[in-house]
Amino acid sequence: MSLTLEQVHRVAHLARIEISDAEARSTLGHLNEIFTLIEEMQAVDTQGVEPMAHAQDVAQRLRPDRISETNPVEQRAAFQAIAPETEAGLYLVPKVIE
Amino acid sequence: MIEHSLQAIARALANREISSVELTQHYLDRIDRHNPRLNAYLSVDAASSLAQASAADAQLAKGEGGPLTGIPIAHKDIFCAKGWLTTCGSRMLSNFVSPYDAAVISRFKAAGAVMLGKTNMDEFAMGSSNETSFFGPVNNPWDTSRVPGGSSGGSAAAVAARLTPAATGTDTGGSIRQPAALCNLTGLKPTYGVVSRYGMIAFASSLDQAGPLGRSAADCATLLNVMAGFDERDSTSLDRTPEDYSRELAVTTNAKPLAGLRIGLPEQFFGEGCSPEVMQLVESAITEYRKLGAETVTISLPSMTLSVAAYYVIAPAEASSNLARFDGVRYGYRAPEYQDLNELYCRSRAQGFGAEVKRRILIGTYVLSHGYYDAYYLQAQRIRRLIANDFTRAFQQCDVIVGPTSPSTAFKLGEKASDPVQMYLSDIYTIAVNLAGLPGISIPCGFAGGLPAGLQLIGDYFTEARLLNVAHRYQQANPWHLQRPTGFDD
Amino acid sequence: MKEWEVVIGIETHAQLSTQSKIFSGSSTAFGAAPNLQANAVDIALPGVLPVLNRVAVDCAIRFGLAVDAEIAARSVFARKNYFYPDLPKGYQISQYELPVVLGGELKIHVGDIEKTVHLTRAHLEEDAGKSLHEQSGHHFQGRSGIDLNRAGTPLLEIVTEPDMRSAAEAVAYARALHALLRWIGICDGNMQEGSFRCDANVSVRRVGQAQLGTRREIKNLNSFRFMQQAIEYEVQWQIATLEDGGCIEQATVLFDPGSGETRAMRTKEDAHDYRYFPDPDLLPLLIDRQWVEQIRTQMPELPTARRERLVAEYGLSPYDAKVLTASLELATYYEATVATAGRSNAKACANWVTVELAARLNKEDHEVGGSPVSARQLGELVARIADGTISTNIARKVFDALWNGDADSADEIIAKQGWHQITDHDALETLIDEVLAGNPGMVTEFRAGKEKAFNALVGQAMKATRGQANPQRVSDLLRKKLA
Repeated sequence: MSLTLEQVHRVAHLARIEISDAEARSTLGHLNEIFTLIEEMQAVDTQGVEPMAHAQDVAQRLRPDRISETNPVEQRAAFQAIAPETEAGLYLVPKVIE
Repeated sequence: MIEHSLQAIARALANREISSVELTQHYLDRIDRHNPRLNAYLSVDAASSLAQASAADAQLAKGEGGPLTGIPIAHKDIFCAKGWLTTCGSRMLSNFVSPYDAAVISRFKAAGAVMLGKTNMDEFAMGSSNETSFFGPVNNPWDTSRVPGGSSGGSAAAVAARLTPAATGTDTGGSIRQPAALCNLTGLKPTYGVVSRYGMIAFASSLDQAGPLGRSAADCATLLNVMAGFDERDSTSLDRTPEDYSRELAVTTNAKPLAGLRIGLPEQFFGEGCSPEVMQLVESAITEYRKLGAETVTISLPSMTLSVAAYYVIAPAEASSNLARFDGVRYGYRAPEYQDLNELYCRSRAQGFGAEVKRRILIGTYVLSHGYYDAYYLQAQRIRRLIANDFTRAFQQCDVIVGPTSPSTAFKLGEKASDPVQMYLSDIYTIAVNLAGLPGISIPCGFAGGLPAGLQLIGDYFTEARLLNVAHRYQQANPWHLQRPTGFDD
Repeated sequence: MKEWEVVIGIETHAQLSTQSKIFSGSSTAFGAAPNLQANAVDIALPGVLPVLNRVAVDCAIRFGLAVDAEIAARSVFARKNYFYPDLPKGYQISQYELPVVLGGELKIHVGDIEKTVHLTRAHLEEDAGKSLHEQSGHHFQGRSGIDLNRAGTPLLEIVTEPDMRSAAEAVAYARALHALLRWIGICDGNMQEGSFRCDANVSVRRVGQAQLGTRREIKNLNSFRFMQQAIEYEVQWQIATLEDGGCIEQATVLFDPGSGETRAMRTKEDAHDYRYFPDPDLLPLLIDRQWVEQIRTQMPELPTARRERLVAEYGLSPYDAKVLTASLELATYYEATVATAGRSNAKACANWVTVELAARLNKEDHEVGGSPVSARQLGELVARIADGTISTNIARKVFDALWNGDADSADEIIAKQGWHQITDHDALETLIDEVLAGNPGMVTEFRAGKEKAFNALVGQAMKATRGQANPQRVSDLLRKKLA
C-alpha cells in the first residue's frame, strides 16, 4: 500500500506539525519506503497471538494517596522560570476559542 | 590515568594518589583540547563539576568513598539534570534547563560521582549515526570522517577518545550497543525495568532502557551497580532484591572459565545482511569462546527477521504520543511568529523538531489513526509477542545468544543520512532485544580496516551478572577493548 | 409531541475524593492559586512518569459494588491523544477498551414510578486543567491563561445506556447518582466546584421507530436545574427541526443558562481520531477478589437497602424512608436519634428529623453533619415528649434552646426553665377551680350551649400554666367540673 499526499497532510495536522507541499512530497517518498519495510509484517498470520504492550508481564504498582509536594510556591517559580510566557502564575497561549 | 579501569581509579583516589579535582580538571582539559574535533559534548560546566569533585575529595578524605566517589562520568543529554541544559539533541529543548534530576543522575550523585558533562546524541534518541542531532553530528574518534553510531554517539565518542572514564547511554533499539560496537567499547542494555526511566526523556517508553558505556565489562558492572535499582516513581521499574553485578568477575586461574556455558548461535544472525569482515571477526570470537570452555548450539529466532518492521511501528507510535508534550506552552522552543493557537503548535513543532523526528511522529500518528490501528499497531504488538516467545524457546537451549552487534563497522558521515530505511537496518541485530525486554551487551571483537567491530551477547531476563561475566572472560583473553584511537594522547 | 420518543444517555465525570492526584503526588484541594498544585508530572516536564493512586482504584471498586457491576480483574489505561493547552502531555490518560467497572444499574424514581437505568461502564481517568480567558484584574491581551491545578485530578467517568425517556428521568438519574456517590464517600458532589459534571446525549425518534435518532451531546451540565432546562430545550429544538423537514447532525452543544438555549460548539475537525493505545508507562491494573472483598466489608449499607430496612424495622412510610435516606449523614443521624429515643418513638423521631430539624437546617444553611443539635440531644427531646414530661409546644422551645447551645441536654433546659408539664392531678384541679371562679361569664355562656366558650376556658387554663399543662387533661378535667 502507499500513502497519499492528502494523508500526509492529514497526519501532519493531527500531529500539529506545519508542513509545506514540497516537504509533504519528499516526506511521502520516505514514508512509502518505510511502509514497504513495515508491510513485511502483514505476511504473518498472528491470529490468536496476544498483543504485547509491555516488556514485562507484571501488574501496575499502586501509590499510597499522599501529597508529595512541600514547597509549591518555590516549585512553581522554578517551573515558570523556563516557560515561554506566563502571567499571574498562569501559562499564556493565544486565546482558546470553544 | 586515562587508561585505568574504574576500579583502579577508585583505588588511586582512595589512596590519595590523585584527587578528584585533579582528575576532573584533567578530563576537562582533554575535553577542551579534543572535543572540537568530535562534538561529543553538548555542555560542560567546569565550575559545577569541580565543585562536585571537591565535595568528593572531602568525602574521600574521611575514608567514606564508594566505588565511584570522585570519578567523572559523562551523561547522555537525554537525562534531566537539575540546573543543566538538557536538550535531548533537539532544538525543541535547546533552551531547557531542567528543574529536576533524573533517577540515574540522582543515583550517580548519591554515589559521589562527578558529572563531567552532557553528551551529544541523535535528536530524541532517534537515529543510528548521531547525525540527527540539532547540534551537529559526532565524529568517530577512530576515523573522524565516520559516524560513531547512535543514538548514544556522543557518550561513545567521549569514552573512546578518553574524554571521560565512562558514560551513560540509553538503548531503545540498539542505541548503546551499536555505538559501543562502532567505537570499540563495552555497552550494556539491561533488562527492561532494571534502571529507572524517571527523568530520562522518553522516546518509546516500552523499549527505552538506560545503561552504561565503558571500556570494559568490569567497568560496566561497576556502573550498573549504581544505575540499577527500584524507583517508585517509575511504574515499570521492577522491585527486585539489589544485586552485585560484578559478583562473577573474580580472578580465576581456570583455563576454561566458561566450561558448561551454552552459547546459542541464531541462524538468522549468520545469514545475509552482515558485512563479511564483521562476520569474520564474530566467527573468530566464537572460536575464542570455545577455547574458554563454552559450547555452541545453533538456534532459531524465526520471527526476528520482522523485528525492524515491528519496531518501526511500535517505537514511532509511542514516540508520536510521548513527544506531544513539546508544544511550546510550558517550556522549550516556541516559534517566534504565530497568529493563533494552532499556528503556535504547528510552527513550534515544525521548527523545533528535525526531519527524522518529524518523520517518526508522522509514522506513529498514522499507525495509531482510525482504520490503521489493527493492521499496524496491533499486528506489530503480536509480532513482538512472537519475537519474545522465540527468545523464551531459545533460552531453553542455551544460556547466552551471540552474534554481531551491527552489520558493519562505522560508516561515513552522510552515507546513509538521506536513506532512512538503510539507516534503520543498522539496528537489525539489536532491535529484537528491546522488543523482548532482554539484556544485551556489545563488546569489542577486533578490527576490520582499522575500524572496530562489536560482538553482541544476549541473555535471558535479569542475567546481567552472567552476561557481564561472559563478556569479561573474553576480554581477559582477548583484550581488543584496550585498543584506543590515535590522536587523543595529549 | 405525543408521537415523539425522547432517548437520553448520561455520561458523568465525578471527581474522586482523594488527597493527591491520580498519577502524581500533588494536592487535589480546590481553590489554590494558579499552578500551585501542578508538580513536574502534572505540567508534563520531559521525563516524568505516572504512578497510579491506590485510593482512586478503591473508589472505583466501591462504585462498582454499589451499582452491582462487574469489577474487571484486569483493566488497562490508554492514552487519548489530542492537543489542547489544558492537556499538558498532549494526551489524557483514560481507560478505553478495558475499563475497571463493567455494567451495573441504578434505580431511579420519577413520581411514584421506579425505573432501572442500566450502566454501560465506569472508568478511571485524569481531569484536564483549565483555560481562563479573563480573570479579575487580568485580561492577558486576547490570550488565555492556563491553570493546571486541576490537571490530573482523578475522575470516574460513569456512562449509562440510552435508558432515559425524559428530562425528568435524566435529572432523577443524575440526582440518584449524585446521592449515591456521596453516600459511598467517593465524591463530594460539589457541582459549583465541578466535582460532578454531566453530559447528556439526547436524541428523538418517532414512537415505534426501532432505530435511534441522531444524537447531540450537551456538555458540562453542572446543575440539575440546567440539566432539566437544557434537555427540555434540546428536545423541543430537535423535534421542531425534524418536523420542519430538517435533519439532526451529530454535534456537541453547550447550554447557555442566560438564553436557556443550546448551541453547537465549533466542531473540532479531528475530534474523532484520538488514537487511543495502551499507555506504555502504566501496566495493567489487576484487581483480585481479595481486594474487592476487603472493600466490600468497608461499604456502608446502600440507600435502597437502608430505605427498605427503615420501613421494615421502624414502620416508617416509604416516603419518610426515602426522605431520611437522601444522604448517608441524614440516615445515620436519624438512626442515632432513634437509638436514644427508643424504637417505640421511631415515627416521632422521623417527624422531628424531617420537619423541625430539616426546616431549621435549611433555613440556616447547615448540612446535617454540622447540625448544632446532635442526634442524642434530639433523641432525648423526643423521649421527653413521649413520656409526657413536656408538650410538643414546649418541645419546640427546648429545641430552640438546644440549637442555640443554651445547655447540653433537653433535661437540663426543662429543669432550668421549669417547663415540666403539670401532671399533678390535685394541682391541676385547684388551678381549674381558680379559672372557673375567675371567668363566670364564660361558664354561663358554655352552659347556654356555646361550645366556643369551652375552648376559651381551656385557653385560660393553659395560659395560667404557662403552657405546662397537658391540654388533653385540662380539657378532660374542665368537662368533668362543668358537667
